[in-house]
Amino acid sequence: MAFFSRKTFSNPGTRQKSIPDGLWMKCVSCGTTVYRSEVEERLHVCPTCGHHYRVGAHDRIGLHFDRGSFEETHGGITAADPLEFAAGEHTYASRVDRARQETGLNEALVTGFARIEGNRVALGVMDSRFVMASMGGAVGEKFCRLCADAIQANTPLLLFAASGGARMQEGILALMQMAKTADAVSELNEAGIPYIVVLTDPTSGGVFASFATLGDVLLAEPKAYIGFAGARLIQGALHVKLPQGFQTSEYQYQNGQLDRIVPRSEMRATLAQLVRLLHPEGAVPQEPAEETEAGGDAALDAQAEPDSAATKPQS
Amino acid sequence: MSELVLPFEKRLIELEKSLSHVENEADRDRLNKELAAERERVFSELSAWDRVQLARHSLRPRMLDYTARLFLDFFELHGDRSFGDDPAVVCGLAQFKGRTVFVVGQQKGVKTEEKVKRNFGMAHPEGYRKAMRAVRMAERLGYPIITFVDTPAAHPGLEAEERGQGPVIAETLRTFMSLKVPVLSLVLSEGGSGGALAIAAADRVAMAENAIYLICPPERCAEILWRDAERKAEAANALRVTATDLLEFGVIDNILGEGALGAHRDPQPVIDAARAEIERFLEDAETGIFTPEHRRAKFRRMGQWAEAAPVAAQAPATAEPAPTEPVDNAGG
Repeated sequence: MAFFSRKTFSNPGTRQKSIPDGLWMKCVSCGTTVYRSEVEERLHVCPTCGHHYRVGAHDRIGLHFDRGSFEETHGGITAADPLEFAAGEHTYASRVDRARQETGLNEALVTGFARIEGNRVALGVMDSRFVMASMGGAVGEKFCRLCADAIQANTPLLLFAASGGARMQEGILALMQMAKTADAVSELNEAGIPYIVVLTDPTSGGVFASFATLGDVLLAEPKAYIGFAGARLIQGALHVKLPQGFQTSEYQYQNGQLDRIVPRSEMRATLAQLVRLLHPEGAVPQEPAEETEAGGDAALDAQAEPDSAATKPQS
Repeated sequence: MSELVLPFEKRLIELEKSLSHVENEADRDRLNKELAAERERVFSELSAWDRVQLARHSLRPRMLDYTARLFLDFFELHGDRSFGDDPAVVCGLAQFKGRTVFVVGQQKGVKTEEKVKRNFGMAHPEGYRKAMRAVRMAERLGYPIITFVDTPAAHPGLEAEERGQGPVIAETLRTFMSLKVPVLSLVLSEGGSGGALAIAAADRVAMAENAIYLICPPERCAEILWRDAERKAEAANALRVTATDLLEFGVIDNILGEGALGAHRDPQPVIDAARAEIERFLEDAETGIFTPEHRRAKFRRMGQWAEAAPVAAQAPATAEPAPTEPVDNAGG
């Protein structure tokens, strides 16, 4: 099983951590030269090909949630080093320190409360820049606390998942977080709290095989890498050629593993719609401009479009 | 045969061979002493990598060796009622000392043909669905569950991915964690990451002395850290994969002793230890101590974290404030 921090994915399609510096940039996916600012304005999406760049946790919150509404919780929780993992030149402690410096985060999962179109939600956002958003004891604990907070506040829980899997350097204790977090979702279920997950690039391994896929509704960003075992591992084990687009959002959607693929530009409206539908008692009334979405053939057609576009074969 | 003798066992086997040839009483005494000392030395000095090799030894007793010796009246349940029957996962009903128990586990296979048929104990999604079907039935009817964990990993493959290998493991974990009947897991040889944990989220977990239970194979760990799978021994050491490590971490509750030779050379001691473990578990289960709350609290305690000062929320990297209206974007 492949679910450890990894810098690159051998999956077909281009993977790039985030937008490179400079005034101009060449899109990693289509190769077009575009203004960096234009990509940023389009929510870190290439204006030419629609490639969704990876975004950090706080950037992501800024993209989709009401401005200034985020209140962070459990922000002090950070990785411990239970194995005192040191092997040759690699030490876990230094790896975590580097991640903290590079991201300004204490861990790969940022938790708190925020508003989306006025609706209050409990929110978890994973950041792939932090040791590939792998899950160790800190991420597991934060997710459990996030669930407890959502239950206590009686708000829906939204999660933006991203992860290379369980964090190898915490060994078996990282693996146990899979059981712990899966059970935290049970607690949400018992309390009747809606749990909505957006799978982003990349979501794999032990996180894909635990709390990230236990959402009541599963959404994904377009063309994200989503899968359990790494493509390289599968290829190596089976000596088979993997199909084009293997382990992408579109592939998972076709296999019945996702409810919908949602482009970043529609994420806010989609999440707000789900929150209103699944948590009507706490919902803020819709703004009039969006009323057309509630019904009518035109609205249905418009809604069907992103799905059908997303399910087209990649080639 | 040679690959069945592990490097650190060579001297041991030589001594045993010469012992079987000696006629002279004095020589026999001397060799016996040397043999006892050698056994002591070998098994007290095992490195993590030695344990990995022992755990993967093909002569270790497999799930069905245990069930045949521990239970009566075994009735196997087949199929996930949705797609197919995964031979890597064995589920069934059985009798243990007059009591009905449900059994779920991975069967790696003994001979090559069986290994291939059972996919070396690597389950596909339908295997986990079969396991879920069995444990839900046990819960409905009120019987305790005993799982036998023996898998290098959940199957990494194309069809497995298509049928939702990740999500099905998640679902299996959620199912096991909320079961209202007691669950005991025995880690027999190799407990390979999520594929193993899926059926080991139990009230009590015991592990054979020379088994390993780990987040990823040491070879892969070495490849990730140094792009050099040959540094596997170093990685095995760093990953802390042995039964004593796991007992120290509180991930397992007991170690099943394997006797002087190891289960690959003498399966009886570990099977006897498993019998005693099951007996103790069923007795404890009758007192009502194993509840979903107990299991929840147990797993909730696992893992460590530290507290640091919260980092002040960063301003978004974009200079522009996030747009309040979604930007019209054609997407892909």
